[in-house]
Amino acid sequence: MVKVNMTVNGKAASGDVEGRTLLVQFLRENLHLTGTHVGCDTSQCGACVVHVNGTAVKACSMLAAEAEGVEVLTIEGVANADGSLNTVQQAFQDHHGLQCGFCTPGMVMTATALLKENPNPTEAEIRDYLEGNICRCTGYHNIVKAIMAAAGQDVSRIAAE
Amino acid sequence: MPKDHGIGASPKRREDLRFLTGNGNYTDDINLYGQAYVHFLRSDVAHGRLNKVDTSAAADMPGVVRIFTGDDFAGVGGIPCGWQVTDKHGQPMQEPAHPVLAQGKVRHVGDPIAAIVAETYEQARDAAEAIVLDIEELPAVIDMKAAVKDGAPKVHDDLTSNLCYDWGFVEENKAATDEAFKNAAHVTSLELVNNRLVANPMEPRVAVGDYNRSTDESTLYTTSQNPHVIRLLMGAFVLGIPEHKLRVVAPDVGGGFGTKIFHYAEEAFCTFAARQIKRPVKWTSSRSEAFMSDAHGRDHVSKIELALDKDNNFIALRTETYANMGAYLSTFAPSVPTWLHGTLMAGNYRTPLVYVNVKAVFTNTVPVDAYRGAGRPEATYQLERVIDKAARELGVDPIKLRRQNFITQFPYQTPVAVVYDTGNYVATMDKLEEIADFSGFAARRKASEAKGKLRGLGVNCYIEACGIAPSNLVGQLGARAGLYESATVRVNATGSISVMTGSHSHGQGHETAFPQVIAEMLGIDESMIEIVHGDTAKGPMGMGTYGSRSLAVGGSAMVRATEKIINKAKKIAAHLMEASDADIEIKDGKFHVAGTDKSVAWGDVTLAAYVPHNYPLEDIEPGLEETAFYDPSNFTYPSGAYACEVELDPDTGRVTIERFSAADDFGNIINPMIVSGQVHGGIGQGIGQALLEGAVYDDNGQLLTGSYMDYAMPRAADVPFYAVDHSCVTPCTHNPLGVKGCGEAGAIGSPPSVVNAVIDALHSAGKTHITHIDMPLSPNRVWAAMNA
Repeated sequence: MVKVNMTVNGKAASGDVEGRTLLVQFLRENLHLTGTHVGCDTSQCGACVVHVNGTAVKACSMLAAEAEGVEVLTIEGVANADGSLNTVQQAFQDHHGLQCGFCTPGMVMTATALLKENPNPTEAEIRDYLEGNICRCTGYHNIVKAIMAAAGQDVSRIAAE
Repeated sequence: MPKDHGIGASPKRREDLRFLTGNGNYTDDINLYGQAYVHFLRSDVAHGRLNKVDTSAAADMPGVVRIFTGDDFAGVGGIPCGWQVTDKHGQPMQEPAHPVLAQGKVRHVGDPIAAIVAETYEQARDAAEAIVLDIEELPAVIDMKAAVKDGAPKVHDDLTSNLCYDWGFVEENKAATDEAFKNAAHVTSLELVNNRLVANPMEPRVAVGDYNRSTDESTLYTTSQNPHVIRLLMGAFVLGIPEHKLRVVAPDVGGGFGTKIFHYAEEAFCTFAARQIKRPVKWTSSRSEAFMSDAHGRDHVSKIELALDKDNNFIALRTETYANMGAYLSTFAPSVPTWLHGTLMAGNYRTPLVYVNVKAVFTNTVPVDAYRGAGRPEATYQLERVIDKAARELGVDPIKLRRQNFITQFPYQTPVAVVYDTGNYVATMDKLEEIADFSGFAARRKASEAKGKLRGLGVNCYIEACGIAPSNLVGQLGARAGLYESATVRVNATGSISVMTGSHSHGQGHETAFPQVIAEMLGIDESMIEIVHGDTAKGPMGMGTYGSRSLAVGGSAMVRATEKIINKAKKIAAHLMEASDADIEIKDGKFHVAGTDKSVAWGDVTLAAYVPHNYPLEDIEPGLEETAFYDPSNFTYPSGAYACEVELDPDTGRVTIERFSAADDFGNIINPMIVSGQVHGGIGQGIGQALLEGAVYDDNGQLLTGSYMDYAMPRAADVPFYAVDHSCVTPCTHNPLGVKGCGEAGAIGSPPSVVNAVIDALHSAGKTHITHIDMPLSPNRVWAAMNA
């Protein structure tokens, strides 16, 4: 067991972990932050995406012990200070960018990272950026639309609600 | 002006708030005090005699609580099958035993052999590696046609063969159908494979079993589309726990697509083991485990023949299908290639004679059962591909050929038992031509060709049977359950409403859409209505969500229960206003005496029901809570027309979807936003099937596509924006809402148009000898066909 210390959603967090404990396990099991999901075991699905020191990371592909001293942002920490949905979250609700909700935390974290890197992405850039996030419910239509809307683009002409 | 509330409006989904903030409550988020963890040691061979499972060394490993093997389940029932099909000779299907943990033999890669319960997952997995297995490997049967040959190795030694059943439908039509083929002016035939798929809801399956020693009650938390069905199957058939001592909870469920309908061994195990060790037991599937333990979908090999007269009228259709059951019969598996497939083979067309033969086959593969559409995509794919091929052979426009043969009179009795109540196939095709911009296709093809690409346009229609279904009918067809739905509408004293429904939402947005219906009926605000689902302790027996049935059947039950509420509330209101209840009207959340200005508010009536100081106690009971069970008189029949435009790179064989359009008739629509979302998702899965997905076994029964590294899930860049329209409305005639169901249409209606489009692209380049390529149309397959 090793002791790890990190900052998660602005608060100090620590715990004893095995060397093999993944960051996503630490978040879910030690910190009870169950908004970050596990949808695969090969780092393909993206349900576990969080931000580590401001960069999108699949929390299943990082050991908790590697996260010593980092700042982690999870889905639980992204809403506005008053608890209301932030721009990306709100766009997902407004445009029905989620159905079962399981991939959603990872999608929101990835979309947030995209918009930080590229505030006005094209449809093709959005689709390419989502390469590591799988959704089985939406056919991606409303996810892409929501991200375009979150970037401030006019999506009213995109086919059918 | 679109409505902003009630039926036909698109309020934002209320469930999104918890999902978008990480506050969902999925089964893996549930952790119980003192819980132990189970890891299943699974077979890594497809077929073998299980001589010995030596757990002695593993039992001494750190943290191990107890190790279970098949021997521990000697006195326990097997996993039951919920549907018995009768073969063409009137004999029941062959139905093998399905033990919770393997007994005597292992029959597919992933078949669970031992279950290690330990203090942590890691300890359970470590201990699994110390179990010593003595398995005598046997030859595996993977190919269905080989499996039914004489002398093939048998998956189940106690069955007469690997043939589950040989089904003929309608057997009485066979001779007449064959005769019609002899007299046909033209016959088109096609052999095709409906590729084996893995449903892959993003949330893997999870089960947490709990046992309460003081009350002798068991609780199972599970990722299910139908918790009441699991309670019945597991309680009555596997573990012998009566319903009043067994609670099944399916909280937020991260997608289902059919594969979370079925009762699985892991659910029974966790419930059983919790009673044995007197501690909660939790299992969380890994994705790799899901690939070899979730029921797969599709996997049909078919030959279809279409007979036409000299005027291109369809005169007869016959099909022969081999349908893979896998190694055991999953809950609804036998019904999928039969009653959910054969009954749809008439499609949208006036084909007077249809004969369907299905041979269901056991193989050493994961069980196969319903996946979004279940039987109907397989029927649609065969039919819409053979029609396209016929049009090419006859040199007629494929849309014209379809239109010429459309059913136009309703109700319509098909030659395959079902009666379509309503539909307007001309209208959806007209709408499709508009939204898909067929008139601009020639220019788009030219533009593609200027880039060195080929472009193709493919179209198909579909019909499906949803809202499964009348209990008395499905009972005759072999269902071992009724298929009604229930609803309890509990009006609380202050006027808010809790609705307990047997339908289960795992992405469909019931918590938003169902209140729209009840709010419309009562004239109150939707925010006063809460939908409660997914817990057998909270609502009456319900049958769950699958087959696009939630609104048509579950919504209808809510309407019936709400009607009872209105009737009773009117009596209370009449008493309060000293009027006759026949004169009471409900409008905008108030009860009015017709023709007067007298009214009482909704809340006054609900309060009177629970504080009955001034109340007609001699006539009616206090309280305001009503339950209805709704059992429909027929299936519903959504239909539509879909178009796909592809671009094909002739140098690589790579196909890209450039445009996809869907014109559907779902009957009346409650929430257009949610309906469109359902169609989008279905199309995404259909494109996945057509271009990308396929579960592949090698000849030894090893699953080659066992993770997302190997199984190609559709990604955002694999699909375009879709143009969807559901403005063509022919309301269902036999349910109170006039609704038909929209959950599966996209997955049913999209694969044929993708393949039709690719064939069209190839023919545009003179490759007219290519009449078919089996799905998935990977670059490899397309390139090979082009260069054969």
